[in-house]
Amino acid sequence: MAYMIETEGLTKRFGEITAVDGLSLKVAEGEILALLGPNGAGKTTTVRLLSSILRPDAGWAKIAGHDVVEEGQVIRRKVGLLTEFPGLYLRMPALDYLTFFGESYGLAREEVKSRALRLLKDFGMEAESKKPLSTFSKGMRQKVALLRALIHDPPILFLDEPTSAMDPHSAKMVRDTIRELGHDRRTILLCTHNLTEAEYLADRLAIINHGRIVAQGRVGELKGQLLGPPLLELRLARPLDGLLSVVHELVEVESGDATWIRYRTPDPQSTNPILLRRLAQEGAEVVTLSEVSSSLEEVYLRIIGQKR
Amino acid sequence: MRSEVLHQSAWALHGARTALIIRREVRDSLRDWRILGPIFVLTAIFPWLMSFASQVAAKFAVDYGVADNAATILQQLVPFSLLIVGFFPISFSLVIALETFVGERERNTLEPLLATPITDQELYFGKLVAAISIPLAASYLGLFLHLGSLVLTTTYRIPVEALIQVLILTTLEAMVMVAGAVVVSSHTTSVRAANLLASFIIIPVALLIQAEAVLLFWERYPSLWMLILLLVVVTVILVRTGTRIFNREEILAREFDTLNLRGAWQNIIKMWSTSPSSVPGSYPKTSPSLPSLAALYREHIPAIIAKNRIALALSILVMLSGIFLGWWIAQAYPLPQGKIVLNGFLTSRFTSEWPELTILPSAASWWIFFHNGRALLVMAGLALFSFGAAPLLLVLPTMGIIGFFAGQAANLGYNPLMVLATFVLPHGLFELPAAWLAIGFALQIGLALMSPAKGQTVGQGVLLASVNFAKVFLVVVLPLLLIASVVETGITPQIVANFLKISGQ
Repeated sequence: MAYMIETEGLTKRFGEITAVDGLSLKVAEGEILALLGPNGAGKTTTVRLLSSILRPDAGWAKIAGHDVVEEGQVIRRKVGLLTEFPGLYLRMPALDYLTFFGESYGLAREEVKSRALRLLKDFGMEAESKKPLSTFSKGMRQKVALLRALIHDPPILFLDEPTSAMDPHSAKMVRDTIRELGHDRRTILLCTHNLTEAEYLADRLAIINHGRIVAQGRVGELKGQLLGPPLLELRLARPLDGLLSVVHELVEVESGDATWIRYRTPDPQSTNPILLRRLAQEGAEVVTLSEVSSSLEEVYLRIIGQKR
Repeated sequence: MRSEVLHQSAWALHGARTALIIRREVRDSLRDWRILGPIFVLTAIFPWLMSFASQVAAKFAVDYGVADNAATILQQLVPFSLLIVGFFPISFSLVIALETFVGERERNTLEPLLATPITDQELYFGKLVAAISIPLAASYLGLFLHLGSLVLTTTYRIPVEALIQVLILTTLEAMVMVAGAVVVSSHTTSVRAANLLASFIIIPVALLIQAEAVLLFWERYPSLWMLILLLVVVTVILVRTGTRIFNREEILAREFDTLNLRGAWQNIIKMWSTSPSSVPGSYPKTSPSLPSLAALYREHIPAIIAKNRIALALSILVMLSGIFLGWWIAQAYPLPQGKIVLNGFLTSRFTSEWPELTILPSAASWWIFFHNGRALLVMAGLALFSFGAAPLLLVLPTMGIIGFFAGQAANLGYNPLMVLATFVLPHGLFELPAAWLAIGFALQIGLALMSPAKGQTVGQGVLLASVNFAKVFLVVVLPLLLIASVVETGITPQIVANFLKISGQ
């Protein structure tokens, strides 16, 4: 499989501090990977290394097959970077600002202008296109910064906290845009603290702490690895009473009351039908059998807590 | 043909992206009233005031009989006032340039720019030209207004040479300040730190302007051309330094500017201990044990001499040039034949003719040793502030004296080689190699500042060059100087006395 982002043993030190420590990642084309981690975990440094702004001290990284050390310029052309802070030239009008960045990627001025106008329109800022960025709200500035990353239509996007400082409506719009970009076969590395956002957007998660990837995989996989088998809740119409022994024969009950129990089973597909059949045979009336959703936050805190 | 086309298009692309940066920066400055307001005042109002002041001064001088007519006074005064009128607007270029990288970094606008395909060189030159453009244009406009006002109101006409020199000097001053400020801006972590370091630019430029003013006042145009040449060299060095040490990683990764003496000391120990043949910058994480004296002589010194061969070659070239220069001056200004008769010299005659001199050195070995060691250390210190030029400039006249001495000896009919072998060679066998090594390694300190080795920061480069200098100085130079000083007081005088057949009568 061809990976759009590939790193092996990537390391970056600043004096005595190791910001990124032997990081290995693989992100396939069209995949959205969320990089989660506490402040100072090395997310921004990783993005800077992958954008070929910083040079690694050890290991290697390839973006769309190009080496970050040897082919920095090629990589910067293929990557759209949304930085942690919007970092806009506040005296410039939005359209001029986006045109400037488009031109820096070698695009013709007229082409980039029409593209910038289209993007501003898509994001509901067409009317503000000629206003200086200093007049924009925080959320609007964040949107302009995202448009800056998209202006040259890059196949790879590095998004560092894309919805921070945005109101719920704008944040949803940006999230939907990111989703669309993912459907558009773009490869996206998303650095975020927002776990709900990560769960909603990302195909896979990588949790980074102290510069190292401490866990990675799909959300379900991570939950399975860290929280064990899924937690199921069974509710009955009448009290269980003598039926509890039947349940205990088949599953390990974690908690419960007169009319409900919570249990775990490593193989729910085969266990649950047997359990339901047995309960029906005993005359029990099952109201619901459902999985108790475990949050990503639980997973995240468990991983970070273990490694601290 | 195809590669030529590609080459041209690459250059066109560089040019287009540099122009893009210039355009944005200039437009940004033109939108900033804090820059435009003062520049407008200095450009539009100050020149009229200066013209008025010049005319008042000229009238005052004529009224009080200092000069016959106003034109005479204006002739002295106007080039100087032009210099001031030209300088005031360009002083803004320093502020713009100081802010150019570090200001962007503080406002978080730099990272998006560094993430584009714009190269370091394009970014550097774009910012450099942009910082100069508006202040320099304002400066030219100010000069035009000042001169225009004088042409309209007086009979004075500035000499063309002076006008050209003022224009060139103004341009070069702006370039020197901006090139220096861009170097400062790309190596500091805050605008505050950059402003503090601006003194290192403002003070030399202020002194320079005073020197220019004196030369203009006294109409020393040839000297001003020399000064212009010097400024061109300084500009080239600063721009070269800027292009060499400017890189996006350095700017973005620099987080702290706190003084870490412990860390610096640990680095020095690591550099002292690490074998010079290892990769630059790859020092062990833990402090290794200090190398033995034998290891220093056997491994370290030969390796660093081999690494510094270009600086050492340059040093020896300058030393030889000094000798030839001295020889050439001696030939140009020969002492009259028979003026000095060396053979059969009587001490009494020498002391009666030159009472302020002694025929043989009266200094003690320790004093010569201390003096030479101190001189070479000062050279190394100055190398840091002169990009390595000071050691070369200082050794040139020193070696020139030897050449001059040999040249005059030849003029007087003596064998110059014999004279050198007698007066210089005995202790020179030790002293000259010591000086050569010290100058070569001092030069390397300055060169490291200008262009550190690949993979090194400027700080690492200068520190490593300083450590290498210290190694050579302590282990080779000082022992050689010690031997030389003993020979110079104990053996050389005896050989000289024997050669000159000096008697005490």
